Amino acid sequence: MFYRENGQFKTSYRADQQIFPITQDRVALVALLAFAFLVVPMLASEYFFRAILIPFLILSLAAIGLNILVGYCGQISLGTGAFMAIGAYGAYNFFVRIEGMPLIVALVMGGVCATVVGVLFGIPSLRIKGLYLAVATLAAQFFTDWAFLRIKWFTNDSSSGSVSVSGLNVLGLPIETPVQRYLFCLTVVCICALLAKNLVRGHIGRAWMAMRDMDVAAAVIGIRPIHAKLSAFAVSSFFVGLAGGLWGFVHLGSWEPAAFSIDRSFQLLFMVIIGGLGSIMGSFFGAAFIVLLPLFINQVPAMLGVPISTALAAHLEAMIFGALIVFFLIVEPHGLARLWSTAKEKLRLWPFPH
Amino acid sequence: MKFKTLAQAALLATAGLATLATSPAFAQAKEQFFPVLVYRTGAYAPNGVLWANGYVDYLKLTNARGGVNGVKISFEECETGYATDRGVECYERLKGKGATVFQPLSTGITFALTEKAPADKIPLITAGYGRSESADGGVFKWNFPLLGTYWVAADVLLQHIAQKNGGMDKLKGKKIALVYHDSPYGKEPIPLLQERAKLHGFELSTLPVTHPGVEQKATWLQIRQSRPDYVLLWGWGVMNSAALKEAVATGYPRDKMFGVWWAGAEPDVKDVGDGAKGYSAVTMQHGAEPNSKVAKDILSLVHGKGQGTGPKEEVGQVLYMRGVISAMLAVEGVRSAQERFGKGKVVTGEQMRWGLENLNLDQKKLDGLGFAGVMRPVSTSCVDHMGSSWARIHTWDGQKWNFTSDWLQADQSLIKPMVKAAADKYAADKKLERRTPADCQS
Repeated sequence: MFYRENGQFKTSYRADQQIFPITQDRVALVALLAFAFLVVPMLASEYFFRAILIPFLILSLAAIGLNILVGYCGQISLGTGAFMAIGAYGAYNFFVRIEGMPLIVALVMGGVCATVVGVLFGIPSLRIKGLYLAVATLAAQFFTDWAFLRIKWFTNDSSSGSVSVSGLNVLGLPIETPVQRYLFCLTVVCICALLAKNLVRGHIGRAWMAMRDMDVAAAVIGIRPIHAKLSAFAVSSFFVGLAGGLWGFVHLGSWEPAAFSIDRSFQLLFMVIIGGLGSIMGSFFGAAFIVLLPLFINQVPAMLGVPISTALAAHLEAMIFGALIVFFLIVEPHGLARLWSTAKEKLRLWPFPH
Repeated sequence: MKFKTLAQAALLATAGLATLATSPAFAQAKEQFFPVLVYRTGAYAPNGVLWANGYVDYLKLTNARGGVNGVKISFEECETGYATDRGVECYERLKGKGATVFQPLSTGITFALTEKAPADKIPLITAGYGRSESADGGVFKWNFPLLGTYWVAADVLLQHIAQKNGGMDKLKGKKIALVYHDSPYGKEPIPLLQERAKLHGFELSTLPVTHPGVEQKATWLQIRQSRPDYVLLWGWGVMNSAALKEAVATGYPRDKMFGVWWAGAEPDVKDVGDGAKGYSAVTMQHGAEPNSKVAKDILSLVHGKGQGTGPKEEVGQVLYMRGVISAMLAVEGVRSAQERFGKGKVVTGEQMRWGLENLNLDQKKLDGLGFAGVMRPVSTSCVDHMGSSWARIHTWDGQKWNFTSDWLQADQSLIKPMVKAAADKYAADKKLERRTPADCQS
């Protein structure tokens, strides 16, 4: 009823190839963006920005990056935390060592550093697949943990191994208050999501998906495996590195290698699996599920006025969260994005299902 | 069916978000709100729980004694799990409820919050931990490493070792190994130890142990090879008992091992039992104090009324007392601020900062609070945010911790220039100005 495409005819290839071919989708997206850019900054509290929205946005970006690699190209990676760390420390070194370095350039250069290392650690993917590759990328995680803890040059000789940044600004506009930080992250994430979506729609994305579905067949029809796999590693690491830079610079402000530990890699892998492999939208759903749900569960007892101890709340959080993951994967193994598209399908037919 | 579940989930989520958005309840007019960042779960929980119980019990005790000049204390715990990002989330959540002071209880979280505190105008108390250079109030306006820092701890430990050998000059040619938790916390003492090594000519080797510290075989193999004269242990949680067990296995004498104060509490040695006999640790400034007046007060006024937070037997243990002292410092900060800004009023973050900067806990006040014999007087100023640099050494006899040294004071002539240099470097990195004399009146 609300979601019917009657009368929406596409008369040109352009119209047929839009990202959102259905009018309702376009309207909803514009409304959502307007809400995110204009209404949210006026409504949300500081806690909402700093503890919920900013981490959610940054981890969405990292999940998009990982989804390109795992979801679209089928190369399992357990080194996401490592690439985030490289992005963050790379951006930090550009930022503190070069006088007058603009923030955006520093962050992008951090992403470039992650790209280079990502391609290096992607080289084994030309020979090995699946779980074996996962173990090889795990090496990236251990290597960066070691490097950023031990090599003092990376941390600008900080005696404690913890680095921090301040005085962030973009073109003279300060990035200090929560609203400014939020808008900055939102802009970056929107641009990157659009980029990613267009990449996966084009011939590059088709090559990745062909590699994922059957690499031998893909090679037979003329897709170069080296090119496809390494470009997936490069693009993925760039997004992940950018997210790492944002995590360090904008979210934490001061960080140590533990902020990008192996737990972060697992967290991101869960995000893309729960959100939906091979879906940009799913990356957002996954990030929302993994970031927001534990916080929400944690605060439910207090909201209901049930006094329980902090330890019990933390244990309950872990238990309910784990149970929900299992539940969701049983109900919809293809992730939240698939659930969303199923709902959309149903709404198209509603109220007359057949 | 699927659609139904989806609709239910969506409904739940929106309901949840709506409540989340409206939840910031503000502290009542006559209540001073204390955020309590704790970790009762995770790898460091066995130690974190004791601290948290002590902290909360002291806040309850303060209320039982009638509050701070009539102002009652309200508090809320938030679980960080020792993770920096969860700690930041807790900070943001509790800040919105009118928090006036934070105690992060993690060096990593302290580093992250140090960047946020000046903007939010909320002081941080890092009693006995945190970043060592933040003792310099001229640069770190909002940090208060009261009672001492890791540099103080390292210095006192070296002094104690030197005394056993008959003087600082006897350290020449000795080999000292630092086994440390590989995080900002564990790395903090290294600059001071290196400075001392240069001065006195002992050989320092640094042996990192990765989080959470269960796996130390390689580290102790190195110790077995190089046979250092002394081992300094900068561990936390399960790393400490693992280190002691490895020492037993390696045959390294425990009386040559000295821990920092986070490596010198009951949970660290209990599992090792007799194997830990002779192991010493520095204490800042308290040890296990089950016979102190404040412990007895908590037993009668809090536990006696059925409001105790943990088991009764824990009252007075080392980490429990650390929680108690940390809470006491925060409460006394409020009292000191009230003396200037009006007794019986709820103080703001900025007033609290003034209060902490002008903290003057003399012996009489400490006796009145029940801390006689537990600690020495503390007095802070605008320049000195640490307030005291005294410490003692205690040793595990297989059953309990006993003090085995006199009060020792860290060598300020060595530490002060280091603090100043490190703080100046921080200020230069951040393009901060040192506080002007007008801003620094106390």
